[in-house]
Amino acid sequence: MNGYLKPVNNRAWWLIAPVCLCVAFSAVLPLMTVVNYSVQDVISPTRSVFVGTEWFEEVMRDRDLHGALGRQLLFSMSVLLIEIPLGILLALCMPSKGWKASLVLVLVALSLLIPWNVVATIWQIFGRSDIGLLGRALANIGVNYNYAANPTHAWFTVLLMDVWHWTPLVALLVYAGLRAIPEAYYQAARIDGASRLDVFRFIQLPKLRGVLMIAVLLRFMDSFMIYTEPFVLTGGGPGAATTFLSQYLTQKAVGQFDLGPAAAFSLIYFLIILLFCFVLYNWMLRVGAQDTEPRHE
Amino acid sequence: MARIELRLAHSYLPNPQRDEDYALLPLELAFEDGGAYSLLGPSGCGKTTLLNIMSGLVTPSEGVVLFDGRDVTAHTPQMRNIAQVFQFPVVYDTMTVYDNLAFPLRNRGMSSQNIQQRVHVVAEMLDLDKLLRRRAAGLSADIQQKISLGRGLVRPDVSAVLFDEPLTVIDPQLKWQLRRKLKEVHSELGLTLIYVTHDQVEALTFADEVMVMSRGRVLQVGSPASLFEEPAHTFVGHFIGSPGMNLLPVQIAGGSVSLGDIHIRIPAGMRTVQGAITLGLRPEYTQLANPDHIGAAPAEVRRVQDLGSHLLLTAEVSGQLVKARLPRDLEPAAPEPGDIVGLQLLCERTRFYQNEELIT
Repeated sequence: MNGYLKPVNNRAWWLIAPVCLCVAFSAVLPLMTVVNYSVQDVISPTRSVFVGTEWFEEVMRDRDLHGALGRQLLFSMSVLLIEIPLGILLALCMPSKGWKASLVLVLVALSLLIPWNVVATIWQIFGRSDIGLLGRALANIGVNYNYAANPTHAWFTVLLMDVWHWTPLVALLVYAGLRAIPEAYYQAARIDGASRLDVFRFIQLPKLRGVLMIAVLLRFMDSFMIYTEPFVLTGGGPGAATTFLSQYLTQKAVGQFDLGPAAAFSLIYFLIILLFCFVLYNWMLRVGAQDTEPRHE
Repeated sequence: MARIELRLAHSYLPNPQRDEDYALLPLELAFEDGGAYSLLGPSGCGKTTLLNIMSGLVTPSEGVVLFDGRDVTAHTPQMRNIAQVFQFPVVYDTMTVYDNLAFPLRNRGMSSQNIQQRVHVVAEMLDLDKLLRRRAAGLSADIQQKISLGRGLVRPDVSAVLFDEPLTVIDPQLKWQLRRKLKEVHSELGLTLIYVTHDQVEALTFADEVMVMSRGRVLQVGSPASLFEEPAHTFVGHFIGSPGMNLLPVQIAGGSVSLGDIHIRIPAGMRTVQGAITLGLRPEYTQLANPDHIGAAPAEVRRVQDLGSHLLLTAEVSGQLVKARLPRDLEPAAPEPGDIVGLQLLCERTRFYQNEELIT
């Protein structure tokens, strides 16, 4: 009857053992250490007390954290709202072939090669009102620009820095997506009498959905974890104007050595990123993919 | 609706010098209003370039394109009012099938009532009427290509509809159906249809007038029958037909045709020229005969293939291979490989070519 079933061979499990080991040491064990810290009060290296969910409750009620989370959300949303459209616009303007294309690609990619802390240092000097080009120029036209003292200025400087640093990534992704659209689509659009806007709306944008999804997720995750740039530029100040989540966490874990609350917050931080990526991913997968109702019938 | 005339040459290179630099060598062609045409030729012969020049996607480097005598060389596809269907399906993913079909009409500002009517007519013709509300993205390749065809046919007032190998991605079975549909559409709407293909069956069944192209040149324009019976060029003879025409290099001197060391007597009344020329005879007209018969040559049979409806005989005449299409019920028996048979090479169907062009 069932004599033709394949024999069960449990030795095959050994084949995935190396992967399990790697993942265990690189991800699971470190994460579990954090989980371990998050439920204990570490008093000294040899003494710790189990405290249950106390740290989680404390962290959730922390007003500084609420402030940092709010700033972080605003920052990440601003980054997406500026960098994605700007990146698309840039990619649309880039030449598609010839030596000009190669040249523009190299120029656009330049900022991506600079390390985070160097970017921050460049902008720190660039924005100084005594020797920096930007700061000096603004001062000369009567703007009292000072990122070290004015919270708004500091915040916008960090945003501008991120836009300068990372918009090229979006542009390059979109550029690659645009090059992948077959010429026949543009020809068909010309035959059908479509306008430039129609070509963008009905051909380019739908075909870019995949790369845009990657761009949005990458930029969201990356900007949500921003640390080095504000740390170097303003150290999170003035006040807490540019203290984002990572910096808040570092202050807790390294500065105050509050390992328990820091661990509890790390887990929450991790879950927030996971949740946002999940929601964004599913939303983007669905947008423009559902069966829309026709306008007539 | 328009009569399309082309007097042009085209090169994709900036400074064409030699013939090889040209995608299209100087040509003069006319497409009558309401005709069904095919451009037939192997890949890279310039047929797609010719089509794109007609639609306005490519501007010819020399010469003019005339619609009803008006010079439209500088006009955009939109101004020429041309429809074109491409080799691979092009659909607007985010739109429904209905919106896809309506798109060219909306862009021309047609009233929504007329649009609705046109879309339904075309959708019904192509069996898309049940899918109108579906999004175009998830549909199979042949349905997407039907949508592309529909977008080409939906505009009632087009100057011409151009097809660039539109049935490449479609299953063979559906191909026949769609080709028949296109013929129906042609007789129903009276549109000028120009169909590019490298498939001779497709070209010959679709068109009233076939233009055979090779290496940027239009070699012959004519009905399917005339291409078969009177190929004007050895390329046409070889390209059309399956298998193509037998082409044998011969010497004619006095009253005989020499093929290597074989001399064939020329039948009385047959018009020939003297000198080194090429003899052409279609396998369909190559018949068995007594080797001593006037106009016949002895041949050694190399291969006999039974193709179901007929036998295909391959024989060697003085080092040259000749194919013949023979009936299956041969009396007394079909020849076997190694047999010596006689092939009637000179008959009223025999054509002679000099420099690849038909003399008689």
